Amino acid sequence: VAAANFGRYTRPKFNLVLLIILQLSLHTVEGVWPLPQSFTSSTERYPLNPKAFYFGYGRQSAAQQDCSVLDAAFKRYFSLIFPDYTSDNLSVSAGQASLNAETVWGALRGLETFSQLVYQDDFGTYFVNKTEIDDFPRFQFRGILLDTSRHYLPVQAILKTLDAMAYSKFNVFHWHIVDDPSFPYQSRTFPDLSSTGAFHPMTHIYTQSDVRRVISHARLWGIRVLPEFDSPGHTQSWGKGQSDLLTPCYRGSTPSGTFGPVNPVLPSTYQFMARLFKEVSSVFPDSYIHLGGDEVDFSCWKSNPDVRAFMQKMGFGGDFTKLEAFYMEKIVNITSALKKTSIVWQDVFDYHERVMLHIWKGTPASYKEELSRMTKAGMRVLLAAPWYINHIAYGQDWRNYYTVQPLNFSGTEEQKKLVIGGEVCMWGEYVDATNLTPRLWPRASAAAERLWSDEKQTSSVDEAFPRLQDFRCKLVRRGIRAEPLHVGHCKHEYQGV
Amino acid sequence: MITALKFTLLLLALAFAQGLHYNYIDELDKEAGTVRAVQASQYVSLWPLPQKVKILDLSFKLTSFNIVDAKESSAGSSCSLLQDAYRRYYEYMFGIAKRQGPRKSRLTGPSELTELQVWITSPDSECDGYPSVTSDESYELSVDLPYAVLKAPKVWGALHGLETFSQLVYEDQYGAKSINSTAISDFPRFAHRGILLDSSRHFLPLKVILANLETMAMNKFNVFHWHIVDDQSFPYLSRTFPQLSQQGAYHPYTHVYTPADVKMVIEFGRLRGIRVVPEFDTPGHTQSWGKGQKDLLTPCYSGSKPSGSFGPVNPILNTTYDFMSQFFKEISTVFPDAYVHLGGDEVDFTCWKSNPDIQKFMDQQGYGQDYKKLESFYIQKLLDIVTTTHKGYMIWQEVFDNGVKLKPDTLIHVWKGNQEQYQSEMANVTSAGYKTLLSTPWYLNRISYGQDWHGHYKADPQDFNGTEEQKKLVIGGEACLWGEYVDATNLTPRLWPRASAVAERLWSAKDVTDINDAFNRLSVHRCRMVARGIPAEPLFSSYCPREYKGI
Repeated sequence: VAAANFGRYTRPKFNLVLLIILQLSLHTVEGVWPLPQSFTSSTERYPLNPKAFYFGYGRQSAAQQDCSVLDAAFKRYFSLIFPDYTSDNLSVSAGQASLNAETVWGALRGLETFSQLVYQDDFGTYFVNKTEIDDFPRFQFRGILLDTSRHYLPVQAILKTLDAMAYSKFNVFHWHIVDDPSFPYQSRTFPDLSSTGAFHPMTHIYTQSDVRRVISHARLWGIRVLPEFDSPGHTQSWGKGQSDLLTPCYRGSTPSGTFGPVNPVLPSTYQFMARLFKEVSSVFPDSYIHLGGDEVDFSCWKSNPDVRAFMQKMGFGGDFTKLEAFYMEKIVNITSALKKTSIVWQDVFDYHERVMLHIWKGTPASYKEELSRMTKAGMRVLLAAPWYINHIAYGQDWRNYYTVQPLNFSGTEEQKKLVIGGEVCMWGEYVDATNLTPRLWPRASAAAERLWSDEKQTSSVDEAFPRLQDFRCKLVRRGIRAEPLHVGHCKHEYQGV
Repeated sequence: MITALKFTLLLLALAFAQGLHYNYIDELDKEAGTVRAVQASQYVSLWPLPQKVKILDLSFKLTSFNIVDAKESSAGSSCSLLQDAYRRYYEYMFGIAKRQGPRKSRLTGPSELTELQVWITSPDSECDGYPSVTSDESYELSVDLPYAVLKAPKVWGALHGLETFSQLVYEDQYGAKSINSTAISDFPRFAHRGILLDSSRHFLPLKVILANLETMAMNKFNVFHWHIVDDQSFPYLSRTFPQLSQQGAYHPYTHVYTPADVKMVIEFGRLRGIRVVPEFDTPGHTQSWGKGQKDLLTPCYSGSKPSGSFGPVNPILNTTYDFMSQFFKEISTVFPDAYVHLGGDEVDFTCWKSNPDIQKFMDQQGYGQDYKKLESFYIQKLLDIVTTTHKGYMIWQEVFDNGVKLKPDTLIHVWKGNQEQYQSEMANVTSAGYKTLLSTPWYLNRISYGQDWHGHYKADPQDFNGTEEQKKLVIGGEACLWGEYVDATNLTPRLWPRASAVAERLWSAKDVTDINDAFNRLSVHRCRMVARGIPAEPLFSSYCPREYKGI
């Protein structure tokens, strides 16, 4: 049993058995979020003494002292479990809890669970109830998308979000790093992209060391960083620092001065993309890369005589989706050669075994149909459509995120297995560091339980409500500005502004 | 308490003073020295827009700058309200570092502005008083050489003028500060420009309330309507009835406002020209009162037995009115404002109907089955009680709708219905001769996707069918942030800059309605709030030179 490769096919399975000194109590644990697969707890409770408490590696564990992930996690979880540790507590206990996991990633999830089991009585003493847990995620891909192009998010805001993601057992940070409004990624190969495409060339960029910091912070929390460089649409900001990359739009027979999607007819485009993606795939260690491919507006391509001539030459007729497919095929070839698996938004029609599709559009009826159709074609899919969390409404909209049934579409068991997970999307039109955290949490936590827990055990939204309320107070206690679900209070309210 | 207050001020100053930066105006520098006709876009940094503005393309550098009392001013260095304000705005404009360094005594260049003189023109500056609904908030600002002058009859106008002055200062890429030659004459369109915060559905820590008073001042709001208690909790610690918060607060120690807390809020508000109007809503919305005050609420019955649950305040017991007399006597001394908000909204009659004693009382009084009459009976007695404390009162519109006899200076607070309904309510209230204020279009707790501030900006409290005399009875409006889904974690970004849209509607001239111009100015204003440490959320895809750094 060892720390295996990050992410992909490892199923972090773990069980947690706590055996400490017995002491009866009436306290009932509010529970763990997301709900573990199998959970038995009794009212027997054991006091925890911060002075005597420590995390240790089991003798038979493949990971031992100097395992960077667990050493860091022990330190982190100690202060999460004992937030106001003072040294005048009595020493009582001498028991042990054990946590077994196949990989360090499972151990991280187990530590999170353990930390949620600990509570304080009115006099400040820490307790944990006798508990046995056997747990694993329902879906292997549980992501959050942040959009750093429509508003720049300071690195601190990203790191804080990664912390909160780990508390809800999310494991993928989908970094929608660039888009039309700005290009904050500072490329080694093409520094002009950010020096002219970012909102500000010095203060509103992610340097290479910023990116490394995000990746290593995420790794320590067991979170993958999946970068998205969306093309050929959503690339206005790219054009500022890379001339001839975008298609010049025409009005009649003269260029109008505006630009459209990436120009798919020039060989220089693909040379540029090959170099950019070569850099990106070495900077981001994850084996997946998101290539976007959504919402390509054909009107500019249509206006451009060179593009039309190319269409003719290729025999595409007037079907610009063929041109789009031609372009995406070439980009997928570039990233495949770099040994990356590509994820694309569902708009890319040219189904391809090498890519995974990201479902983002439509009503429940239409996305279910899409799931059915795409899995039938053997495609692996990722569901985001019901979790566009940037859309806000008055009241408890988390209930809608909670009651999603990702596998409730018509298809065989084999088809269902092709749904590898889901993603909560926080698009940035109306979101920056001022309101990101309260808008994301605890609404995203509702989706987290749907993606982690057993659907039958978590079918009641009313039963989830008090647990989620309790969990949001835990988030607040940990310094996350998680907003309230409804009237009520937390023992420790948020003390910032 | 004074020490605590100073400490808070310092904390806030430390947290907020980040300096200013407008990248929008930099271009003007190139034209320095040439005087041209002013275009609308030059007002880009001002919010809410002053009544009269003239900005010239002539800029002055601000390198060693000070805010001082004018010799002729009726409020001198003994007016701590102004001295505090000078420091506050100095720190907003220049940050803290400079203050601590030694004053440079070097020659100033020809286009350098070194001083803002603040001149309170009326003999009574009101420096040590409290702002009121009749306070004079006007001011005149002239930015020119050799020094800028801010003239105001009272300190309240001077506070607004300082805010305006701070909004005129801009900085170049390297942080050097400038201001253009400017003449402003300004006064509010409405006297009552309020924000309602609800500290009952969620407890709001003091720090959040103070930060929002600070932000209110940046937006020239002048009334903090403190909806302090409600069904869910009673955080107000009453000296006369300590059991109310002991039993009725979410937590008797960590979730209460002590007398010192309340004093601090009031003084913090006063120093910013903001009135604190407390609301103690009865007879409905009082579940939390019942926990600490036996027999105050009506026992509900199921059939012939008490069901164990309670309804509105019990209007038929003498003890109820004894309690209210003592309670409001305390309130009238704790809160200095001339008004207290008595609520009176959403009274549910089902519990009253179920109670046999109430039914008997209804018969005795000859009310039949008309429970509105019983409600009126209660409110009438309550108004008499409050009148003896020499306070004026505000009430929610239902009290007027139900025909309760009111004193002529009662303020009717309109909050219900759609646009057509609230406009006809405003017409009815004013045609009956009452003063009124509007909240219906400004329930900011109601959120939706996109730029909903457009709707808030377009609503005008004087848009209804009525005579000029009726329109004059509209004293203003309030943006309400009810607390069902709001606490310290999300209050500030949910309130700002959406409430700023309301602020301009209530301050600026009626014809300031250009939504595109408003968008440009409001974008700059929201970045200014962010630079001052307030997490005001974005209007749309964009950036601020200084992004929010707290997380």
